[in-house]
Amino acid sequence: TQQALNYQKAPATDELLTPEAKVTSHNNFYEFGLDKSDPARNSQGLKVKPWQLTVSGEVSKPITLDYDDLFKKFPLEERIYRLRCVEAWSMVVPWVGFSLADLIKQAAPTSKAKYVAFETLYDPEQMPGQRSRRIGGGIDYPYVEGLRLDEAMNPLTMLSVGLYGKTLPPQNGAPIRLVVPWKYGFKSIKSIVSIKLVEKMPPTTWNILAPNEYGFYANVNPDVSHPRWSQASERRITTGGLFARNRIATLPFNGYGEEVAHLYKNMDLARYY
Amino acid sequence: MIVVVKTLVHLAAALPLLWLYYGAVNDTIGADPVERVIHFTGIGALNILLISLAITPLAKRFKKPVLLKFRRLLGLWVFTYALFHLLNFLFFELQFDWRLFVDEVIDRPYITVGMFAFAILLPLAVTSWSKIKRKMGKSWQQLHNWVYIAAVAIWVHFYWSIKSDIYEPGLYAVGLIWLLTLRKDRISRWLFKRK
Repeated sequence: TQQALNYQKAPATDELLTPEAKVTSHNNFYEFGLDKSDPARNSQGLKVKPWQLTVSGEVSKPITLDYDDLFKKFPLEERIYRLRCVEAWSMVVPWVGFSLADLIKQAAPTSKAKYVAFETLYDPEQMPGQRSRRIGGGIDYPYVEGLRLDEAMNPLTMLSVGLYGKTLPPQNGAPIRLVVPWKYGFKSIKSIVSIKLVEKMPPTTWNILAPNEYGFYANVNPDVSHPRWSQASERRITTGGLFARNRIATLPFNGYGEEVAHLYKNMDLARYY
Repeated sequence: MIVVVKTLVHLAAALPLLWLYYGAVNDTIGADPVERVIHFTGIGALNILLISLAITPLAKRFKKPVLLKFRRLLGLWVFTYALFHLLNFLFFELQFDWRLFVDEVIDRPYITVGMFAFAILLPLAVTSWSKIKRKMGKSWQQLHNWVYIAAVAIWVHFYWSIKSDIYEPGLYAVGLIWLLTLRKDRISRWLFKRK
């Protein structure tokens, strides 16, 4: 069950939030099944206490956070971010959490640290998709993701421990998940147990599965289509049912270009998709 | 008796659609009703098509020619579901962005294949009237043999649309291959003669 959190409220926004019931019932979390409604159904037993999140690798002060640390180590703040799925739907979610940069700074990365590798919990007993290739979509688990160090240190990049003012429900990646709002949703890895600073670009789950469809960067980009569908526009999931006229243009970097475009200057984004 | 069973089949095909759209309009069937109606009608069309393809082998196996009376009705429901599937995509997914629709049909192989399948189903549905069937004579069967090609195209469209699962399309492939194998002589004769 979700607990209320103490956090600093986000400033008001004119963006219409996706209702909480939809944020928590429409999830891609293949560890709990392929259908969008599977995770909410199959993940409720996920044990998040005790939890261990380690920060290791090329750091001079490795860190281990237990469950309570996730909520106490850093002041929590609410951030309202757009979430753009690679499948061309999107939501607006009020996350609660802290900057990934704060955690990484505490670990004091060495000069060798160039990338950050993330790993989801591997626990086939609790995660039916990890037990069965049929339920888990043929993915090799644990789910892994990665960022370049400068992407990880960007102030937008967030570790989230809650949404709508409460702790995360399991289907949204309890107890702690990444949120990288200018990248497709699959980069925002859920239920993280390991953050490792590394020298070389780490492997990432969807890139391993279909490298021609999912790149390491996965920046939201209306000009670079997925090989099987267009990324030029998206459907914003809010309210209104079947007749909601919710198709909107997709913006470069999901509208966060001002904050992040400089990270990619001189890079051919059609090649490094 | 037949009329009663046919009515039941019509209800079994129509009621889920009513339930689906009622829930979708009122936003009570999951977070994304658009995705829901697209998937439901798409997989529904494939399911009904496989059932309709199973009828002839079943009628032969169990010597129940009365079953054959259900082929046309089921075939028309395949078309109906496929039509709703296509309209869902155009109306609710793309929201009448015609340019995007044309682009998607041309640029996305899985959508191209889906449209190809629909382009086959359309004349099959139109020529399903008894009068037209009689007028067409032998060419009617020639035309309706194309349903086998449509079935394969629909499966490819389904498989290609999925991000990573191979289990479910795999099961459908087994079913489809089995149903086609049962008529392999007929199909190879037809394909061979067409040359």
